[in-house]
Amino acid sequence: MDAQDLTYLFVGLSFALYIGIAFWSRASSTNEFYIAGSHVNPVANGAATAADWMSAASFMGMAGIIAFDGRDGARYLMGWTGGYVLLALLLAPYLRKFSKYTVPDFVGDRYYSQAARQVAVICVIFISFTYVAGQMRGVGIVFSRFLEVDITSGVIIGMAIVFLYAVLGGMKGITYTQVAQYCVLIFAYLVPAIYISIMLTGVPIPQIGFGSTLADGSGIYLLEKLDGLTTELGMTAFTSGNKSTIDMLFITAALMAGTAGLPHVIVRFFTVPKVRDARISAGYALVFIAILYTTAPAVAAFARINIINSVNDVAYDEVPEWLSKWEDTGLVAWLDKDGDGRIQYRGGAPLEGGAPVYTGVRNSAGARNVANMGTLNDNELYIDRDIIVLAHPEIADLPAWVIALVAAGGLAAALSTAAGLLLVMSTSISHDLLKKNLMPQISERQELMFARIAAAVAVAVAGLLGIYPLDFVAPVVAFAFGLAAASFFPVIFLGIFSKRMNKEAAIAGMITGLTFTFSYIVYFKFISPETSNPEHWLFGVSPEGIGTVGMLLNFAVSLVVCRLTPPPPAEVQALVETIRVPRSA
Amino acid sequence: MNEDNGYWRANLRLMLVLLSIWFLVSFVFGILIVDFLDQFHFFGFKLGFWFAQQGSIYVFVILIFVYVWQMNRLDKKFNVREEDE
Repeated sequence: MDAQDLTYLFVGLSFALYIGIAFWSRASSTNEFYIAGSHVNPVANGAATAADWMSAASFMGMAGIIAFDGRDGARYLMGWTGGYVLLALLLAPYLRKFSKYTVPDFVGDRYYSQAARQVAVICVIFISFTYVAGQMRGVGIVFSRFLEVDITSGVIIGMAIVFLYAVLGGMKGITYTQVAQYCVLIFAYLVPAIYISIMLTGVPIPQIGFGSTLADGSGIYLLEKLDGLTTELGMTAFTSGNKSTIDMLFITAALMAGTAGLPHVIVRFFTVPKVRDARISAGYALVFIAILYTTAPAVAAFARINIINSVNDVAYDEVPEWLSKWEDTGLVAWLDKDGDGRIQYRGGAPLEGGAPVYTGVRNSAGARNVANMGTLNDNELYIDRDIIVLAHPEIADLPAWVIALVAAGGLAAALSTAAGLLLVMSTSISHDLLKKNLMPQISERQELMFARIAAAVAVAVAGLLGIYPLDFVAPVVAFAFGLAAASFFPVIFLGIFSKRMNKEAAIAGMITGLTFTFSYIVYFKFISPETSNPEHWLFGVSPEGIGTVGMLLNFAVSLVVCRLTPPPPAEVQALVETIRVPRSA
Repeated sequence: MNEDNGYWRANLRLMLVLLSIWFLVSFVFGILIVDFLDQFHFFGFKLGFWFAQQGSIYVFVILIFVYVWQMNRLDKKFNVREEDE
């Protein structure tokens, strides 16, 4: 069987598994639909949280970013794992004790205000929505590259699968499919990494392999060799940084606080039986996540070294097949600046204007001509960093079944995250907006029906966005974190740790944090993108890291407003007392 | 009530210690003094690079498990542990 047949087989088997689980775990009450009846075992919840959390971006994008950014890629590694420490110590156990269904539930009850609840609902929908569009696109890309169906059919198949288990099973169905998806995605990530680690260094553990000596008998450390190669070619040495310290600090902080404030992650901690289960469950989640996150930088280093070795100074008609296959998808381009027919892979951007624009004609060597002007440096090769994880098994010449496995893993990562996001959106609508606000008289059966309808509509809209991507969606996804950091994190944190915190402060804080962060991002991304550079940024903080400033503003405004306005009612202060202890007398 | 306050104070103290370590390994070792640490080596890694891309994550995992272990102890000590079903 070739790679294509194997991919069909693996993807088909994994989908059959997800559908099987969907039928086995149908939800029959709102409690089951929203929080799986709070019966989820903490280890299972840890695995589900990990799959929920690790999206198409973690699976496909992160190692690619690190491969090209080198040490600076650490902002994602630390930011997306360090947030779990905040979640475990500051939020998860207390929200579990509060024991309701959603994040707006907490905001609404703790701040005794429908207005606060509504602001929270808007934040949940906005954050989840920007995030989910990227996932469906990821599903489409995997389908089109590995199964050679067009993106539209790929997205529709993905939607149908998510529809089955999210709409039928709600949180209960999602939880158990996510556990299965975690197993698929981690296996698919580790197998090629271990394979390549053994090939390059002889060490089967990638985390140790990339700090070991090369297996070619030279006795040189892999990272030393890579630093040497990158420097020689005029690139930044792999283990050195390029970004300013202040920007690294702010981006990392925004990603950490954002992770802790993402509603689809928080809600997972409502599904375990006890407060102490919520604590340990955050620990298991981070272990499961760390397995992938500590492997990613190793994969990045291996990929960088493999790419340089396989294409640099190689004549185009002798390059490996993967290069021309990805060139056909538009994610690789070669401009023969010196006319020697060989690929010079050097530092700097190769083409003016970023991404390649193909002319539709091929040059004498057979490569696709580009319309872009060449830049003044010697670099001739454009490689989109999103292809690294998907292309690496081919670059390293691994067997066909490994390539098929990676495709199934990428789909598991995208589908599991999409389902989690769709669920919090539908819950926000049926529970927070309808039941708690607009139509409090509906019965539980009606509420469950509305939840299913909302989930179905959300699936359809997310699918449409995957098929017809809006240009403004992609750059905004990374900022969902900034917005979560600037809105939910301070409000929830202060709601638990300050009894004096009241509704005026919470609303003022959320609105300040959100408005500031949102305007800054919109200004530099859409209104005036040409000025988006360190000279124009506030304190040299990029839009990616501005959520941290928004969060600090939110804290400052909350604390000031809180001093100037009356304290919350006695029953709210008593509520705060209660959530602080696991079993209150 | 007094016992509750003792529990809460012990909780805050534990949090403060753990979050200081969290800050140290990520923001300090991984970002602020990463170049200084890079002059030292840890197997085939520069030390600062290792903290930024590996070490900080391992420490995060340990921190959560220490927190769980200590909080379970506090729950019992102050008699606020949830009953088993």
